[in-house]
Amino acid sequence: MLEKIIKKYLRESATFPLPVIADIQRAARSGIYDIRGFGAKRHLPSFDDLVFLGASMSRYPLEGYRERCDTSVTLGTRYAKKPIELKIPITIAGMSFGALSGPAKEALGRGASEVGTSTTTGDGGMTPEERGHSDKLVYQLLPSRYGMNPDDLRKADAIEVVVGQGAKPGGGGMLLGQKISKRVAEMRDLPEGIDQRSACRHPDWTGPDDLAIKIQELREITDWEKPVYIKVGATRTYYDTMLAVKAGADVIVVDGMQGGTAATQDVFIEHVGIPTLPAVRLAVEALKEMDMHRKVQLIVSGGIRSGADVAKALALGADAVSIGVAALIALGDNSPEYDEEYRKLGTAAGYYDDYQDGKDPTGISTQSDELAAKFDPIKGGRRLANYLRVLTLETQTLARACGKSHVHNLDPQDLVALTMEAAAMAKVPLAGTDWIPGKNNL
Amino acid sequence: MMNTIDLENSDVTELNQKLHDVNGTKDKSEWQILNPKGRHNVAVGIDAPLKVKIDGHVGYYCAGMNKHANVTVKGNVGPGVAENMMSGIVHVTGSASQYAGATAHGGLLIIDGDASSRCGISMKGVDILVKGSVGHMSAFMAQSGRLVICGDAGDALGDSLYEAHIYVRGKIASLGADCIEKPIKSKHQKELGKLLKDAGVNDIDVSEFRRYGSARKLYNFDVDNVDVY
Ligand SMILES: Cc1cc2nc3c(=O)[nH]c(=O)nc-3n(C[C@H](O)[C@H](O)[C@H](O)COP(=O)(O)O)c2cc1C
Repeated sequence: MLEKIIKKYLRESATFPLPVIADIQRAARSGIYDIRGFGAKRHLPSFDDLVFLGASMSRYPLEGYRERCDTSVTLGTRYAKKPIELKIPITIAGMSFGALSGPAKEALGRGASEVGTSTTTGDGGMTPEERGHSDKLVYQLLPSRYGMNPDDLRKADAIEVVVGQGAKPGGGGMLLGQKISKRVAEMRDLPEGIDQRSACRHPDWTGPDDLAIKIQELREITDWEKPVYIKVGATRTYYDTMLAVKAGADVIVVDGMQGGTAATQDVFIEHVGIPTLPAVRLAVEALKEMDMHRKVQLIVSGGIRSGADVAKALALGADAVSIGVAALIALGDNSPEYDEEYRKLGTAAGYYDDYQDGKDPTGISTQSDELAAKFDPIKGGRRLANYLRVLTLETQTLARACGKSHVHNLDPQDLVALTMEAAAMAKVPLAGTDWIPGKNNL
Repeated sequence: MMNTIDLENSDVTELNQKLHDVNGTKDKSEWQILNPKGRHNVAVGIDAPLKVKIDGHVGYYCAGMNKHANVTVKGNVGPGVAENMMSGIVHVTGSASQYAGATAHGGLLIIDGDASSRCGISMKGVDILVKGSVGHMSAFMAQSGRLVICGDAGDALGDSLYEAHIYVRGKIASLGADCIEKPIKSKHQKELGKLLKDAGVNDIDVSEFRRYGSARKLYNFDVDNVDVY
């Protein structure tokens, strides 16, 4: 009885809710910041705050299944002799072998290839399995340059210079000792089992002027065949986009703060960068101002989950999107099937974010041979292909509803915002008004 | 046969393309490149045992990602000479700007003059021999390979070093985090002696060098090291 009365009056603090108290206790116990995987978990203004204005009296929709709604996209038309042709505007983002197991990387290649899109290497180099199973593979040039070599550079279909990531703009990579297996260590020229810190800045250029020379070097080495992407975490996106164009990018990848990671400080994930929503608009604004929109292609990532997210990113002016965490979930990450094993690790299906830990029961974010063997790359690849098909169908559904025969014909005028924040960030009117906060000084 | 390309009448892309035409072969032909005049990306991405002589100064990333070729620059080089080299020899008769031999995985880089800051940054197996001195932050995060400095070293030498070996003959302004002096054993004398010989240095004895390496204290996070993170 007494207990019941007490419970009734227990009141959680808004300043110190239970997760915050647990964080303080964890910090006091361990003396080290929390490192985890996944993306930002806090609430952020997002594509959910936008809706499409479907066709009505003044414009007519396209008939589903009958009237074509094209989804193809070509990347790298500015300088590359061999641009990349994709069947769908959704690519698989760079996730390293090291962060992910060999079979998981293979599954990403299988799934993407099945639906005609590309995958991307990551911090740790290119594995033969990954190259073999990916029809189109983008090779990342990161500050660490682990495994970087001219042979793999030539084997790639495109090169992505990674300046930053949405989860940690201004931060380097981390792969904790428990994931530095013999093979990972060899690929990275490091001793086994040590915490591996990837630098946060490139070793041989410092700004847009020498990045331009660096990109020219990459083009010279590969005889000007491959598209060169520049990937930036979303922060000063308007200026970064302009500088990337100036540095000679064929394609710009902007990764918003929701973007996933394999291992980053929680404080970094949650507090650095801007959300994907304003980032797309800023990048498109910069491209348009330079008369480079659609000439330098824009790929947007960070928290893309559904065809609605894809369609909204495209409507705001992106040429394609890229997915990380969602692709892992499609492979089987956080699957209820593994709930019991997740619970043994002190978490549960749907909450798992310890990609840095190497104990992933699904065999996806691990370097343990035993765990990785549990993951079936063929089935995983099929699930990813299914998911990518659904994203594409959903995107087409929305585009057809707006009367578009190509998903790239979606535009900001097809959108309105449900919140003032989203209206201001995306620069589309608040629903039911013609008000765009900040426009014309209003 | 000697092939001569004058960059006054040909551009760098044309030159690189010609050098790449034999990539993947055992072609040992000799190339002479005239009037580089500080151009960037000269002779990058070679993958054949060519002998390339560049007559004059070059800009950024000369001989970048080199495989097998023997490239000599008769002059000074800009930033990032032999960056990410895999194998072969790059020999600079003058001095080098920043990040010489950055992230290089193999081969031998010889600099007759001085090298600027960040020489051998993040090196991954290359051997670098600098006959003069090197600037600050040299061998930063160096993973493996050997850096031999016949002159002096600037501040923070070998900061956050992994398993690379550093040999210095002259003075060191300061050592970086986790970099310490280590004893020279006979195997070190042997590797150093061979490197000096390969680089054509006959007038310096191995006994004049001191060896530096990683204390390996930063290899796994330890709360007691927070002040250096
Ligand atoms: C497990 C994992 C590993 C990653 N590794 C890399 C990497 O090596 N290089 C990189 O540029 N980005 C890396 N990222 C970030 C992704 O490329 C991408 O920017 C991000 O996942 C997109 O956001 P999303 O996960 O919300 O789709 C990684 C992300 C995850 C989830």
